[in-house]
Amino acid sequence: MRYLPLTDTDRSAMLETIGASDIDALFADVPEEARLSGPIEGLPMHASEMAVEKHMRRLSKKNLAAADAAFFLGAGAYRHHVPASVDHIIQRGEFLTAYTPYQPEIAQGTLQMLFEFQSQVARLYGCAVANASMYDGSTACWEAISMAGRITKKRRALLSRGLHPHYVNVVETMAKFTGDDIASDWPRLEAQYDEDALIAQMTDDMSCVVVQYPDILGRLPDLQKIADAAHDKGALLIVANTEPVALGAIEAPGNLGADIVVGEGQAIGVGLQFGGPYLGLFAVTNEKHVRQMPGRLCGETVDAEGKRGFVLTLSTREQHIRREKATSNICTNSGLCALAFSVHMTLLGEKGLRALAAENHRLACLAADRLAQVPGVTVLNESFFNEFTVRLGQDARAVVRRLADDGVLAGVSLGRLYPNREELADGLVVAVTETTSEQDIETLAAALEETLT
Amino acid sequence: MNAPNKSGWKPESPVGHEGVHEGPATVTGNRALMLEEPLIFEIGTTETTGVDFEFAGNLDLAGVEQPAKPTQNVPSRLGSHARKGEIGLPGLTEPETVRHYTRLSRQNYAIDLGLFPLGSCTMKHNPRLNEKVARMPGFADVHPLQPVDTVRGALEVMNELAHWLLKLTGMHGVAMSPKAGAHGELCGILCIRAALEARGDARKVILVPESAHGTNPATAAFAGYEVEDIPATAEGRVDLEALKQRLGPDVAGVMITNPNTCGLFERDMKAISDAVHAAGGFVYCDGANFNAIVGKVRPGDLGVDAMHINLHKTFSTPHGGGGPGSGPVVLSEALAPFGPLPYTARDGDGVVHLVEEENADEFEHPRAFGRMTAFHGQMGMFTRALTYILSHGADGLKQVAEDAVLNANYVLRSLDEVLDAPFGPSGPCMHEALFSDKGFGEGMSTLDLAKGLIDEGFHPMTMYFPLVVHGAMLVEPTETESKAGLDQFIAALRSVAERAKAGDESLKASPYYAPRRRLDETQAARKPVLAWKEPSPPGGPAAPSEVGGR
Repeated sequence: MRYLPLTDTDRSAMLETIGASDIDALFADVPEEARLSGPIEGLPMHASEMAVEKHMRRLSKKNLAAADAAFFLGAGAYRHHVPASVDHIIQRGEFLTAYTPYQPEIAQGTLQMLFEFQSQVARLYGCAVANASMYDGSTACWEAISMAGRITKKRRALLSRGLHPHYVNVVETMAKFTGDDIASDWPRLEAQYDEDALIAQMTDDMSCVVVQYPDILGRLPDLQKIADAAHDKGALLIVANTEPVALGAIEAPGNLGADIVVGEGQAIGVGLQFGGPYLGLFAVTNEKHVRQMPGRLCGETVDAEGKRGFVLTLSTREQHIRREKATSNICTNSGLCALAFSVHMTLLGEKGLRALAAENHRLACLAADRLAQVPGVTVLNESFFNEFTVRLGQDARAVVRRLADDGVLAGVSLGRLYPNREELADGLVVAVTETTSEQDIETLAAALEETLT
Repeated sequence: MNAPNKSGWKPESPVGHEGVHEGPATVTGNRALMLEEPLIFEIGTTETTGVDFEFAGNLDLAGVEQPAKPTQNVPSRLGSHARKGEIGLPGLTEPETVRHYTRLSRQNYAIDLGLFPLGSCTMKHNPRLNEKVARMPGFADVHPLQPVDTVRGALEVMNELAHWLLKLTGMHGVAMSPKAGAHGELCGILCIRAALEARGDARKVILVPESAHGTNPATAAFAGYEVEDIPATAEGRVDLEALKQRLGPDVAGVMITNPNTCGLFERDMKAISDAVHAAGGFVYCDGANFNAIVGKVRPGDLGVDAMHINLHKTFSTPHGGGGPGSGPVVLSEALAPFGPLPYTARDGDGVVHLVEEENADEFEHPRAFGRMTAFHGQMGMFTRALTYILSHGADGLKQVAEDAVLNANYVLRSLDEVLDAPFGPSGPCMHEALFSDKGFGEGMSTLDLAKGLIDEGFHPMTMYFPLVVHGAMLVEPTETESKAGLDQFIAALRSVAERAKAGDESLKASPYYAPRRRLDETQAARKPVLAWKEPSPPGGPAAPSEVGGR
């Protein structure tokens, strides 16, 4: 076995040191009737690197990779170009094979990186403080609602219609068990986000309002207007963002009245990976709320010689200290994805992020205008960043399936996201990024034209 | 004492801290290969970027340069939403970026550098084939919402891994979506709650041993339960009789770690399960320590109802400095119907399906308690874990458990005459050896020993956990260490332990040779600095901290 360094000679010598007759003597506490006598039946034995790689490659070939298609999927996961150096850096063993930095003297690499990451996220979101990451956007969203409940001492949350349906499902699943009251609704196919409808649903017993920005249909809600109304009711505004690149072009939620900003960081540095691992981002605008935050926080300090250094801090919020009184049960988070995000963001910098966002928006505008020329297609949105919704006048899910056979991944149908909502069935969410070529847009337009007519 | 390695080589002139020649101070603060590195905010600028674009866009956005040759320009659809003002994100070119992170990386300890004996963390070697496989475009470059016909291979990976996990644990069903161990715990506890609610049984209490990971009580509380302690026996195991006394109609279940955090197998596990079941409750097993028993015993045979498996422990997916993890949960026949969506299922024709909200009925899974995460779970971890499992096979995984347990017992018995092993006399340990600070010199602590071990070139063991042992030191070497490597570690630990027992004051100020000396954690918590701020001008007032009081 190529991963097991002990030789049989070692094993015998070690058993002798221990004073055990054989290996089974070390498993004496396992009741004999439960102990397995040999390898579990019906499973293959060990295999060479070459054989395993061949098997896994065969499975991977059964998938249509985005690079091999004209690709327009988004809805919470986005395909961007990740510079080669990002993947190189995250594969350095000192990052890849380190543990949570519990011994800060020999983990300054991870800790400084986390401090830089937290600072980048705080700035991107227009917030004061960001944590060292959560599992993903959907779980961060629930944690934010939970935190708003602790701050306001109220247990009702209002979810906007434009919140990703998976996020809604996660929140509703958790709330079922915690007893929180969740008000949610599915989106309406309207060109502009209806802030007034959301404000009309606000009540005094709400802990928070959760608004996705841009929303699931790609629209841009007026956050300041919603924030003012929520604050009037004594509620916090939680903003969820699933496309961080957008914040290179549109105003940061923290600058528009949001109290807690959460999101999915996957779009920067992480890659699609069929949905995970991703990167939950979590930030607050008011530093006073830091002690109610979930997750790890990295802070600056000095060492015994007065040199600057970094440590995990404020851990009295966390499960390993507070146990059942912790702000969350989270332990392992998304450290390596945070590194990927931070490296990619460092490569971009302000200038690169602005340019990337501009290029995404330009191509998305181009795509929207081109698709609008296809007979049978209507573009829904007045405002959007790199993702918008079109109506096809027929079951969009079936159209997506048909186009996939020709190597066109046309987008995410609303039928996939809201399987039981007939009135949404002709909607298709189309995402366009810098990886989309103008030729891809032509390909999609032509394919839609052919299939719709 | 210096341990020879396999070839018999040993350092020429071992030196203690008192033997070091302090050289002159350097202008840079660097010491040869030990390099200081500023923050990106101190070296980058908002004008610098390490990414070139084919075309940089031509929209009227603040801070964007006009492109040389726009192909097609279009009016912006951002309306009034365009971002104003500087974001304040520093940029570096590629060479600067690579150097920054490479220099930072050298301030980290890692498994690739040496033994990483963190108890209950299973820091084993991370095979590089796993990394290669996870990066195959068919896995890395697929979107979770692609039509299922275009991702059958990904679903097959999930299904094949699920099959292995079920076979290895002897369980009935598996929820693949939980994102990490604590998320898996939550999944298991929610299954228990859903099952109880389905029979109209509103039980309020979850019993957790004092020696449990902090995530156990935190999870039970997060799921809406009251948490009560289960007493332990003097030999470090669950007190079965005391547990039986506490069981009753208000107890929803127990959370037991097996092997437990004292490194011991819970001999009475089956009797515990039987008693809990007889009282109408369920048994949650924390599978953090599954590495000790994989291929040797199946939790399903011990009456367990739910157990999470940390793919980043037993199945070698990299810890990455704190994640990402992955925590699939295996479930008994009683709990499987309540497992969350989505999951995969193979039909009679061999086609693997993704079972989500819309087709749960079709796949006879109408009682799922809901969804725990967007999309389908940690695919990137599934590919790595399956690669690891296929590499080892049924025989190799059994050998993994045996070597892990052998290595831990070797450490235990090689050190138990110098360090106090509170449960040593009661028999062999499993995958981790537990020591206490009994016998240390006046004023010497486990922390001092740990920091001394850093100077010897090793990552310390888990400290002060489990809470049931004073000054606990939990050592988990894992199976991927050679005997020579263990001998070197044992010699280092023995030396530091002897210094702690002798009251060697120099230990109090260790580490001496790490990139940083001991860090002031009190200051970090009292005046938290959690994000970089531009320094105030010389002579000006320091930026006030607004973080609220405790």
